[in-house]
Amino acid sequence: MTATMMDSDTAPPRETAPGQSELSETIFRGLCFGAATLLLAALAGVVISLAIGGWPAFKQFGFGFFTSSAWDPVQENYGAAGPIVGTIVTSVLALIIALPLATGVSVFLVEFCPRNIAKPIAVAVELLAGIPSIVYGMWGLFVLAPWFAIHVQLPLMTDSANLPSWLSALVAGIPNGANIFTASLILAIMILPYMSAVFRELLLTIPAQVREAAYGLGSTNFEVVSKVMIPYVRRGAVGVVMLGLGRALGETMAVTFIIGNSHGFPHSLFDSGSTIASTIANEFAEATSDMHTAALIALGLVLFILTFAVLAVARLLLASEKH
Amino acid sequence: MDRALRRKITNSVFIGLCGAATLVALAFLVMILWSLVAKGFGGLDAKIFTMTQPAPGSPGGLLNGILGSIMMCVLGMVLAVIVGILAGTWLAEYGGKTAYGQVVRFLNDVLLSAPSILVGLFVYEILVKPFHGFSGYAGGVALGLLAVPIVTRTTEDMLTLQPNTLREAGMALGAGRGFVIRSIIWKAAGAGLFTGGLLGFARISGETAPLLFTSLGNQFVNLKMSQPMGSLPTTIFQFALSAYDDWQRLAWVGALLIAVAVLAVNIVGRLVARETHRP
Repeated sequence: MTATMMDSDTAPPRETAPGQSELSETIFRGLCFGAATLLLAALAGVVISLAIGGWPAFKQFGFGFFTSSAWDPVQENYGAAGPIVGTIVTSVLALIIALPLATGVSVFLVEFCPRNIAKPIAVAVELLAGIPSIVYGMWGLFVLAPWFAIHVQLPLMTDSANLPSWLSALVAGIPNGANIFTASLILAIMILPYMSAVFRELLLTIPAQVREAAYGLGSTNFEVVSKVMIPYVRRGAVGVVMLGLGRALGETMAVTFIIGNSHGFPHSLFDSGSTIASTIANEFAEATSDMHTAALIALGLVLFILTFAVLAVARLLLASEKH
Repeated sequence: MDRALRRKITNSVFIGLCGAATLVALAFLVMILWSLVAKGFGGLDAKIFTMTQPAPGSPGGLLNGILGSIMMCVLGMVLAVIVGILAGTWLAEYGGKTAYGQVVRFLNDVLLSAPSILVGLFVYEILVKPFHGFSGYAGGVALGLLAVPIVTRTTEDMLTLQPNTLREAGMALGAGRGFVIRSIIWKAAGAGLFTGGLLGFARISGETAPLLFTSLGNQFVNLKMSQPMGSLPTTIFQFALSAYDDWQRLAWVGALLIAVAVLAVNIVGRLVARETHRP
């Protein structure tokens, strides 16, 4: 026995076992490495192509591109302040609406809901995340917007004399339901399932002893959740918020349907507006000139930098929670 | 006693609010599905699958969009499965722990939620502008780029779940590492890899934004991938925003088709994942 093993160590094997060929090993490993590198290359390609495509606009308008709200394809004068502000305002509003809901859903599923119905509810909420953006857009345009115009905007308008002036300024706008606020509402519905799914997973990582210790001290459910569980995963919770924000910033079709698509600065919550993504979706295929195309791609670069920064922070925070 | 009562009330209110939030989320799901069925189901007939998109006022269907969507999704999925499974394998089996591997994993996670419209812009710059034309190929590549991060992520997760004893057993029989991965680990994780593909497919089949300026759309049936190609989402986009009632009705039918397809794929993916033996 010993002798044969020694033999096979010194002499070349007479017969190659399946899959022992050095060459196929190297090729396979190389292919896997190449695929991983292709991912990096794709991301780098996105940045580089946006930077090159948008360069003429940055060169032409300089810093004014970010501060001017002119968007005039006829005069070839482009400023991105309107879409940028629209993007940030709708995303932050969506976050403000979605965060309490997402927290409520995930806490309910983890803490209060009987196990056997928690799973189906969690799946149902996650299905909400699977519905394509364009379906949300249609629902927003044909169902939410008319309802909102009739039941919220019109009563507010007829009542505007009785409202404090800051409030009536905030809700001024054409009562057609297509505005910054309804866009934020749709965005909130869209990011809610992502946020609650990740937040629920975070809460499930909390060791049972931590919760039981808090209950053992006589805390109520509310105190356990608000003073022990949420602080326990606070970094990850911030990550969840950033993840939701990142999603909202880049969401395109749903917003394009319902935001009203007017350039320039939104003047109130119920005013129509635009976001970076909706502007690109609306105009890119029909861009009238090279500068128009360049300005839209430059907008794309701004959106990329915004979302990349937000998502990168989100992933770092979530990853740090796992250790 | 007063304090105890206050804590009790706060607690009940809190539980009530959490339950209410869940109800609100479920209510949105029900309302959206209800609108889809109420407005889309009535228009569902054989014409939808046999006729191309009509001029306003005449009968027609969505055949051009359905065919185009299927062709571009298939191209996208072929690309995404090849690249995603190989990249996920590299992360799980070879270089995942190296610094480079961590960078790749991190950027892949970022790509998972990157705005799809930017992928469309990128593909426009590399495949549409240089060749002076919108094409089904460009649309398929854009969709593939969106599915790759999902497939990569799922592949890595599923391979990492396989026990090391499997790898050791294979190598003890004298097989090389790559052979062990291909013929043992991939097979053991097969159902999981399939789920990854399904999730990727669910993500891209309803995507509109990246197709707007890659495949553009086509009102006729076109089986040549090198030409502009119709797709269900872009047709819905065009019809829903039109002023014609019959176009809007067709848009609802299309939205219903897409939503049903995506939800069905999602549910099948979950069932497969549940069947998977998780060691």
